[in-house]
Amino acid sequence: MADDRPDVRGPLVVRWVVAFGRFWWDFLVGDTPELFVGAVVVVGVLAVLCLRPGLRTVAAFVAPVLVAGVLTLSVWRAARQRAR
Amino acid sequence: MLIASTQATGTTVLVVAVFLASTVEMVEALTIVLAVGVTRGWRSALEGVATALVALAVLVVAFGPALVHYVPLSALRLVVGALLLVFGLQWLRKAVLRAAGLKAKHDEDAIFAEHVAELSDDPARAGRDMTAFTVAFKGVFLEGLEVVVIVLTLGTTSHHLGLAAVAAGAAVVLVTVVGLIVHRQLSGVPENAMKMGVGLMLVSFGTFWSGEGVHVSWPGSDLAVPVLVGVYGAVAWALVAALRHAVAEPSVGVAPSGEPVRG
Repeated sequence: MADDRPDVRGPLVVRWVVAFGRFWWDFLVGDTPELFVGAVVVVGVLAVLCLRPGLRTVAAFVAPVLVAGVLTLSVWRAARQRAR
Repeated sequence: MLIASTQATGTTVLVVAVFLASTVEMVEALTIVLAVGVTRGWRSALEGVATALVALAVLVVAFGPALVHYVPLSALRLVVGALLLVFGLQWLRKAVLRAAGLKAKHDEDAIFAEHVAELSDDPARAGRDMTAFTVAFKGVFLEGLEVVVIVLTLGTTSHHLGLAAVAAGAAVVLVTVVGLIVHRQLSGVPENAMKMGVGLMLVSFGTFWSGEGVHVSWPGSDLAVPVLVGVYGAVAWALVAALRHAVAEPSVGVAPSGEPVRG
């Protein structure tokens, strides 16, 4: 797929840094930002739960529920986009 | 006894995950290299492949030991877990959509034909063909980079970097040998099923390691990984079934896909 983003002008180093940033953005976020945000939220919720030692086992059961929710949300979003 | 058994289970899942992920990525890289070699000659294509492999090896050697020795294990597991979670969810989402018929399956024959058509437009030159070199280099480097990320992340967090590297190496050798024998018939590889399996394992390892990073107490310790694989497998199966039902019911308004895609 062709990259339709504008070429960055300027020194070679700046272009390399921008290209490097774009590469990692596409690698991790790409066209599914909800998965990146969802993963961060899942880890954040687990971290908060684990602040209380009594909830560390509960977190083990919450984790797959949250991850499955993120996957379902993203798949549902893709199906909705295709339906439009 | 139980601890040894659960560790062995975790190690087996790790080796299978790395091997399958590497196989899928190498099939995609081989498609590009074959297209370049057939249309523009093998010398520059193989030089591009060799340069990409050296660059990837340098990345593993440079970052592997550094990650193991200088980054605290807890932080490593947290970051790696989150990375694997994102990565695995991307693989799993694509596999679910393809299995449900909402995204066209990865067609290596179509991609091969597309690359051949693109490369044939620009005539080959005598000496080093920079187009062939660059396309082969990018194909192997970019597909290989995913393998390197998976090997480094899974290998370092589980203290099995050597084993993960061997599993990836075995996949590279297997795909190369099979690719040379069957030549263009890479479409016979069941890529979607493999991607579904890899996605399930990456999401499971991602959940497990990110949980370890924030001190989640997993019942059964390492045995939680295959349990997570089973849970996510059931969720993926339910999603595929629900989407297939939606595709079959026109009133729901979900249309099937027919276009060949990359990735």
